[in-house]
Amino acid sequence: MSTVLDKLPGTVDVLDQSLESEMTLSMGPQHPSTHGVLRLDLRLDGELVVRAIPDIGYLHTGMEKLFEYKKYQQGIVITDRMDYLNPLGNNLVYVMAAEKLLQIEIPERAQIIRVLFCELQRIASHMVWLGTHALDLGAMSMIFYCFRQREKIMNLIEAASGGRMTPSYFRIGGLMMDLPAGFERRCKQFLDDFTEALDTFDTLVTGNTIWQSRTKGVGIISAEDAIDWGLTGPCLRGSGVNIDVRRTNPYCGYETYDFEVPVETDGDVWSRFKVRMRELVESQKICRQALERLTPGPIKADAPKVVLPDRDDMRKHMDSLIHHFLIVAEGFNIPEGEVYMPIEASKGELGVYMKSNGTSKPDRVHFRGPSFINLSALPAMSEGEMIADVVAIIGSLDIVLGEIDR
Amino acid sequence: MANTDALLEFVEKLKSENASWVTDVKDALGEVTVIVPGESINAVCEYLKTAQGFDLLADICGADRGPEEDPRFEVNYHLFSTKHFNRLRLKVLLSEDKPNVRTVTNVWNTANWHERETYDLFGVIFDGHPDLRRILLPSDFDGHALRKDYPLRGYEPYSMN
Amino acid sequence: MGLENTLFESLPDIVTVNLDALINWSRKSSLWPATFGLACCAIEMMNTAASSRNDLARFGAETFRASPRQSDVMIVSGRVSRKMAPVLRRVYDQMPEPKWVISMGACATSGGVFDNYAIVQGVDKIVPVDIYIPGCPPRPEMLVHAIMMLQDKIMKESVKDRRDTFEPESRVSMVPGTLPVTEGTALEKETEIEVSQNQVSRPYTIPSRHERRKSS
Repeated sequence: MSTVLDKLPGTVDVLDQSLESEMTLSMGPQHPSTHGVLRLDLRLDGELVVRAIPDIGYLHTGMEKLFEYKKYQQGIVITDRMDYLNPLGNNLVYVMAAEKLLQIEIPERAQIIRVLFCELQRIASHMVWLGTHALDLGAMSMIFYCFRQREKIMNLIEAASGGRMTPSYFRIGGLMMDLPAGFERRCKQFLDDFTEALDTFDTLVTGNTIWQSRTKGVGIISAEDAIDWGLTGPCLRGSGVNIDVRRTNPYCGYETYDFEVPVETDGDVWSRFKVRMRELVESQKICRQALERLTPGPIKADAPKVVLPDRDDMRKHMDSLIHHFLIVAEGFNIPEGEVYMPIEASKGELGVYMKSNGTSKPDRVHFRGPSFINLSALPAMSEGEMIADVVAIIGSLDIVLGEIDR
Repeated sequence: MANTDALLEFVEKLKSENASWVTDVKDALGEVTVIVPGESINAVCEYLKTAQGFDLLADICGADRGPEEDPRFEVNYHLFSTKHFNRLRLKVLLSEDKPNVRTVTNVWNTANWHERETYDLFGVIFDGHPDLRRILLPSDFDGHALRKDYPLRGYEPYSMN
Repeated sequence: MGLENTLFESLPDIVTVNLDALINWSRKSSLWPATFGLACCAIEMMNTAASSRNDLARFGAETFRASPRQSDVMIVSGRVSRKMAPVLRRVYDQMPEPKWVISMGACATSGGVFDNYAIVQGVDKIVPVDIYIPGCPPRPEMLVHAIMMLQDKIMKESVKDRRDTFEPESRVSMVPGTLPVTEGTALEKETEIEVSQNQVSRPYTIPSRHERRKSS
């Protein structure tokens, strides 16, 4: 800009001052491209973003306070609504934290089913990411293909748990119910369809020159900056840092599955896109391995004071009935302690800090939402970019406001 | 439970660097918690990041023990290392009449939003923070919502008039 | 709409009945929603609109307009927090008449699971709502049913009903959750019949055609 002005004699001072005045644009809470109620305060110099200040809290629900007033098993229902694209992941982390405090062992079949559903949920979450990211950048047909696959996954989850988006399928000590008959066949069918659909996605988006030129070189963050800003998940692996909670602090038997952790080195929107696309392939590999390992067995831990008995058992035996009544009416007490439990959710490291005080309600439950931290790095990534690139960067961060605002 | 020997070694190194840094150590459920006095948290974090490799701050979490307890507030720092994959928790105890603690934003940039959230919900003041203002609650909100003496349903229902 | 109201009040009923049918048919067949997706219900709304299985476009809701100035229906889907409430009201005020509001999900209808300091217990404390949808989140088919119910409701309106009163008057005279009903119009006569048959004190909703067929 200054080179052009230098050639116009006598007008440099006036035009310079007018161009240096910034325009404040509030990319407000109601906006189609902000993936929820996020407000971005952008200070612009023409189309160039000078400052980007995120303003959150428009979906603050006070969930952390609500947990302190509900028994442990009642809190599972609330965790569904936090990161609403990955509800089974939230359920899992809350339930595993309580199990760690209680120190109970989960049976093999329950672990395998947990892994299966976590990976299915990861695929479903990435489908929404891909559809909305493509929609923001103009590739409007992707959302239909992605939501078609997501509909199939939601049918599977609904068959197992009864809820499409708010399943609450995991319980402290195992699962809510066993898988219905014919589930393995339907799941295998879905995985075969999905492998073909991945080729369609590659054809539509990955090879597209417009997509590549809009995403390559945009929103670059280096590896040291990414660690300093606390990024985790695909955002961190897109910058070349090979950290995945499934490998560093394994849970639910992940160390026994055979999968790769995709890492790209450039640190731009394109790298994060490639990481997530490769994660889709790895997730369906893990799902197939989990399906092969499924053998009949118990799905609830052997802890009668914590886990609800089978309904058949409850109707026939007096002590099961008493246990059922006490667990539902009064809840179970968890001894004093505190625990931080991280898992690899679809967006990054989802961690829960749970502090118990010996009663049936927790003392403090805090969720470390990966989108909260990933969004805090947005100013570092987007200052110096054009306003249209900010839309691409928000899409690549894959934020969900429910998790940010809790 | 998991082996905590590696983590206890880090605590020994902390103690040998400066004995006043470690007030207490708790080892339970496979995790190690180090209770650090409030004045030295910045130095401890700086040392752990540069010398011991804890380069990712996973979480800063506040907790309220209740209005009758003293010290009332706790601030937990969850550290993670991308080099040796260990996790450590640091805890700072603060009393109600002086809930001030030095910020760690100069050590990790990510502490910025975590500390704003702890200030917003508990009222813990981080000295030296570049931009300490509310982040989740509305900016004209009265009180700190996650304190134990703040009622669940708030003080008055919302109405447009 | 002021000129049309006064004009239609002077025309004989037989003309306005046919005019009503035509105008209401055109309004109900092209209801364009404003994107107001807040939380989980928004994903189910996206499922309804952008998925080929439950396709909202076949009911006339062809596009979701981002700008409230170009939309007819505001589907409030998700929990409304206290920080978001003034924004919601402002977007509602920016929509031109005729406008309707669908409150989707338990959180928008009544606060849902979250009975605490942060969530407004029901969006009808802020804007007048026409259709409430229960569920957490409601299935896409329920949203489609709600749009069809809204279409039935629109068919019963009359062009002589004033919807464009001045700002302070409209806020005071509109009790949230009820309809503004003009004296002497067909809508008032129908609601009087409903009131006398059902023994309700205040018209809260106008039951649709299939609701009236209930035996009780």
